[in-house]
Amino acid sequence: MTDAFATISLVPQPLSLGLLAVPLAPMSVALSLLAGRVIRGHPGLLDRLGDYGGRRFVIDPTDLPLCLLIQPNAAHGAVRLHRQPPSADARIAGPLAALLGLVHGTWDGDALFFSRDLVIEGDTSAALALRNAIDDAELDLGAEISTLVGPFGQMLRQVIAFAERRTGMPLRRMEEPG
Amino acid sequence: MMELVCPAGTPAALHAAVEAGAHAVYCGFADETNARNFPGLNFSRDELTKSIAFAHDRGAKVLVAINTFPRAGAEAIWHRAVADAETAGADAVILADLGLLAHTAERHPDLRRHLSVQAAAANPDMINFYAEAFGVRRVVLPRVLSVAEITAINREIDVETEVFVFGGLCVMAEGRCSMSSYITGKSPNMNGVCSPPSHVVYAEEDGELAAKLGGYTIHRNAKGAPAPYPTMCKGNFTSGDKTGYVFEDPVSLDASDLIPALAKAGVKALKIEGRQRSRSYVAQVVRNFRAALDAVEAGRPVPPGTLAHLTEGQSATAGAYRKTWR
Repeated sequence: MTDAFATISLVPQPLSLGLLAVPLAPMSVALSLLAGRVIRGHPGLLDRLGDYGGRRFVIDPTDLPLCLLIQPNAAHGAVRLHRQPPSADARIAGPLAALLGLVHGTWDGDALFFSRDLVIEGDTSAALALRNAIDDAELDLGAEISTLVGPFGQMLRQVIAFAERRTGMPLRRMEEPG
Repeated sequence: MMELVCPAGTPAALHAAVEAGAHAVYCGFADETNARNFPGLNFSRDELTKSIAFAHDRGAKVLVAINTFPRAGAEAIWHRAVADAETAGADAVILADLGLLAHTAERHPDLRRHLSVQAAAANPDMINFYAEAFGVRRVVLPRVLSVAEITAINREIDVETEVFVFGGLCVMAEGRCSMSSYITGKSPNMNGVCSPPSHVVYAEEDGELAAKLGGYTIHRNAKGAPAPYPTMCKGNFTSGDKTGYVFEDPVSLDASDLIPALAKAGVKALKIEGRQRSRSYVAQVVRNFRAALDAVEAGRPVPPGTLAHLTEGQSATAGAYRKTWR
């Protein structure tokens, strides 16, 4: 872990409150497109999930007024946003930065759990399988999003890097994990 | 320099370990043949072959753990694992079962054999038997010995010894512990899982976090307090008029400051536990221990540890290396 990520940042409250006004349906479509791209680009992810690929996971950023319902092997609409956590096989909750840090290899999932920064409810096996599959995939959501915007990708990369420095949120994969 | 043997539950973790300075990485197949058979973890045959090539290109070894005890009638699964490890180019296999050791010595004589901690070989007689009968070249010692005891063992054996220096701390007779199977029907010995996650439930009860295994509450932790994984041997129980950790506190091993003493004791390799942990954990721990080994090699003191945040219970112990037993 580098000094830049020594602590887990929280989403500023004005930004979080602003998300209350954002319609969820278009965001769900955009996130499903992103999820589809990630899954197609990392076939090992579903292989590693095995039977757990059909489970329903709630990813609940506790500093945002919404949560994600994810079903990794769904043909369409792999991600749906909800204001309140819907019923699911497993729920993984924590600050957005902690959840992004798990994806990007910034922090260790067990350590976040031991310190209670992360909460797991429901099917612990399914949650572990998802954690392990994502960890092995070495995803970079910043890079994935940047490639979605075509010619503006390079500019967006710079914006993401700037936002990461300003907010302390791990928005990109750590090139040297830990 | 002593060899630093590091865990990898995925190819990404293996890459992280090698890049952080591991001399050797240990891993297992994604099935019941190894003692970390957790969902989403471990290696396919193809992943192992590619990972070994990656490690060898960078001067690191790969050791394949096939350290559960084969089920009667299903030995072929374990035999195939040994054969596939050799085909993939493994530098050694880590075995525990007598029958599998005999099979490997007979059918794969050129494949280096290490004795897993799951064999619980904790005295010179046992170790010498495994060396003479099956050509075992290295023994992973159980985590119940003091440094003085390790020194005494090394004087009476001709094989290498490897000891755990960091990570989850098992204090039982490994390979023979039935506590997990008593509650869940599954054990590290036969199924590769101690306290399997399929039987773990966390629940908020009366403002506390209850960690349950197979329906039994193993811990209750106040809001904000560190949350351990519910393993029986580290559970908080009431016995007679006392309530507490009957067997062991939920802490992790950190023997980094004992590296010079372990070197003096004749230990050949230092092992880091944690194949179930992330690539972030692997990178941080390996980097710290490689720096410690380099410092000792150069005659400098062991640098202060910075890994407490990664440990279960958020605290560490030198374990039996310095333990006075109750």
